[in-house]
Amino acid sequence: MLELSMHILDIAQNSLAAGSTRVEIRIWENLPEDLLVIEVKDNGRGIPGEMLSRVMDPFVTSRTTRPVGLGLSLLKEAAERCEGCLEVHSEEGRGTKVVARFRLDHFDRAPLGDMGATMGILISGNPEVDFLYEHQVDGQTYGLETGEMRKILGPIGLDDPSVLRFVQQDIQTGLKKIGAATFPKIMEVLR
Amino acid sequence: MNVEELKKIREKVQKEMDLRSGEKAIKIVVGMGTCGIAAGARPVMAAIKDELAKQSAGNVTVIQSGCAGFCEQEPLVDVLRPGEKKVTYGKVTPEKARKIVAEHIVGGRVLGEFVFAQEK
Repeated sequence: MLELSMHILDIAQNSLAAGSTRVEIRIWENLPEDLLVIEVKDNGRGIPGEMLSRVMDPFVTSRTTRPVGLGLSLLKEAAERCEGCLEVHSEEGRGTKVVARFRLDHFDRAPLGDMGATMGILISGNPEVDFLYEHQVDGQTYGLETGEMRKILGPIGLDDPSVLRFVQQDIQTGLKKIGAATFPKIMEVLR
Repeated sequence: MNVEELKKIREKVQKEMDLRSGEKAIKIVVGMGTCGIAAGARPVMAAIKDELAKQSAGNVTVIQSGCAGFCEQEPLVDVLRPGEKKVTYGKVTPEKARKIVAEHIVGGRVLGEFVFAQEK
């Protein structure tokens, strides 16, 4: 995966596969502490205890089609190569929380990428699920919530193609406004 | 979130919806497993949605599926037209995706050169 936003799309697909009705995605950028935190929290069926300890192993999966599951292990790798880490908290029947930490300004930190496309595709592909996206940069916050969108859209479903475009553009402008970091600053020297 | 912009969309789409009612639904399925995402399914999906909006193609549902087991052929896109056999396109790029919408979804012509599998 070339972008963190693609990992987020991938991890959120796990949430959806676990039958979640609400998925909350939060990103914090803490410049003084040089820290980037990504959290994906759902209310799905959760991961059983014995599975939870092995969930980051690429040869562990709950699917039955084949014995490989790469999503979490790829994200773990992306976090660890820039002095970060991955945590998975889960309670059966209550939900799962995946927290990935990265050093914000590390040379090997993957760019955030197109969060607008990730959220747009999650929302328009799963119009019955509630999504929240919040992005904080040093106290400034951008947020988007499907509950609020549904109220305004009325009878128009979140799967309408124009909604995807709205989400993409709203997130792109919103993130620019709060000064979200796309690439690590250190990379700008080379670009 | 820009609430005013969303209200404008509501008005515009509502008008179009009234015109569309009664058409039979076409289904597009995009593989969104880890393999699909890594191979570029996200820009493909975005291109499909964007082209559908551009062509004002009515009554098309776009849904996501997991890995189908042909990871090397990802991004995979299925087109299901009512009353016709399923067509699966392989190694789809955003450009190919736009052509699929224009030719197959809107025009009803299968793009043979992009097809990975076709239901017998």
